[in-house]
Amino acid sequence: MTQVKVEEKLFQNRYRVDAGRPHIHIKQPDLCANHCTEQQCTTCCPAGCYIAEGNGRVVLITDGCLECGTCRIICDEHRNVAWEWPRGGFGILFKFG
Amino acid sequence: MAEKFDVIVVGAGMAGNAAAYTAAKAGLKVLQIERGEYPGSKNVQGAILYADAIEKIIPEFRESAPLERHLIEQRVWVLDDTSHVGSNYRSEEFNREPYNRYTIIRAQFDKWFSEQVTKAGGLVICETTVQELLMDGNRVVGVRTDRKNGDVFADCVILADGVNSLLARKAGFHEELKPKDIALAVKEIHFLPQETIESRFNIGEDEGVVIEMAGKITAGMMGTAFLYTNRESITLGVGCMLSDFKKQKTTPYQLLEQMKAHPSIKPLIAGSEMKEYAAHLIPEGGYEAIPPVYGDGWMIAGDAGMFVNGIHREGSNLAMTTGQIAAETLIDLKTAGKECSARNLKVYRQRLDASFVMKDLKKYRKMPEIFHKSPQFFTTYPELLNRAAHTMVKVDGIDKKTKEREIRGSFLAARSLTGLFGDAFKLWRAFQAR
Repeated sequence: MTQVKVEEKLFQNRYRVDAGRPHIHIKQPDLCANHCTEQQCTTCCPAGCYIAEGNGRVVLITDGCLECGTCRIICDEHRNVAWEWPRGGFGILFKFG
Repeated sequence: MAEKFDVIVVGAGMAGNAAAYTAAKAGLKVLQIERGEYPGSKNVQGAILYADAIEKIIPEFRESAPLERHLIEQRVWVLDDTSHVGSNYRSEEFNREPYNRYTIIRAQFDKWFSEQVTKAGGLVICETTVQELLMDGNRVVGVRTDRKNGDVFADCVILADGVNSLLARKAGFHEELKPKDIALAVKEIHFLPQETIESRFNIGEDEGVVIEMAGKITAGMMGTAFLYTNRESITLGVGCMLSDFKKQKTTPYQLLEQMKAHPSIKPLIAGSEMKEYAAHLIPEGGYEAIPPVYGDGWMIAGDAGMFVNGIHREGSNLAMTTGQIAAETLIDLKTAGKECSARNLKVYRQRLDASFVMKDLKKYRKMPEIFHKSPQFFTTYPELLNRAAHTMVKVDGIDKKTKEREIRGSFLAARSLTGLFGDAFKLWRAFQAR
């Protein structure tokens, strides 16, 4: 099975990105790099917002976020995700839902 | 002095709209706050609408609600890697008005539902995110929004803010959600000409088919997949428990891609145009995972209260019913001139207990645990069933008795007699529970 690119799926969606104001943050990036062996966020995020860098760090880009909340709940050992809803009117805008 | 409402409803999904509509219709001063651009723009579901729940709130909904197709057939499939064993239930009784279930598109349906709230006199404000609850000691007195001077006050706040409910969590009303109680579903909507859908599924105009799927389609994880026919589109998706997702290496979108490539599904969506990709969490912890649902000045309805029946794939009806009951509880207190204290709001929980919502959830309270402890239901059995079907269907000069022996042998080798009886007993007991 060929690997699918999530970007191609997200391309179909409608977003109003709150430029420069991401609604999710990694609290302590060092914790991901040095203390989290699994880094499940990089696998489980359905929008592929979490990317494992070669140096063991995890980079988060929230532009394609589907606002499901998966990352907030699966990071239950380290609680290293600071998660807020986007400001009113911003983020994903489902056409069908 | 800021404006004060009888009730603030947070969220314009099924639960929030049911609560806001019921309260506004009874003449209460209602403020409903929705963070999306319009009601429905943040909401994701399969989606099936159960007529009974909405009918009890808006009896004439069929006249104006945007509905896709009414269900006349339900297929249940157990899938192997390349095959499926299934059952069909097609009913002419389901094909008679008043129809029992419909497919819907949430962005459209929720917008309609919200219009009914406005018509009933409720004030609906969109593009506004509630950031936290305003407290006076232990008592909720209002909400803080992200608007300028965005504090608003009410006698009661109904939290219908969905599965990933941060407000009650921040206020310390319940503990953090656990990965074992939450499923992640991803879905796509695929457009096809109406005639193509009708010929492919052997259905007439307005008639619909749903396919519920289990087995290897979830790659060994506890979960299910679905495919629903809309008027000019097909929605399909797959969902698994977050605790299982955490343990493996497949991404949710890869799982969805595998589902679409399955030989039993691929021809159903062939030639279609994918127009949206969505993800959503589903609270599937069941009865044991229900948080406290009321307190001084607040109630919780819908997904935020874990009101989902995972076994029967019901959620939006539980959401509407809990929203309606929350509003009715409030209306009764207001009429009697009583305050919205925890003591008085206890009636909410009592009414929920007496409704189908809690009765059903209670009946299946052992199910989540059994499935968590029995991965064979999602791996071994689907494979065995499909192999058994293959063995019996294939004509190859081997006598049927030998084939039966072979099938029996394969089940015993995979699960042993004790294992087979144990699994059957566990399921029987869990379904029999009251």
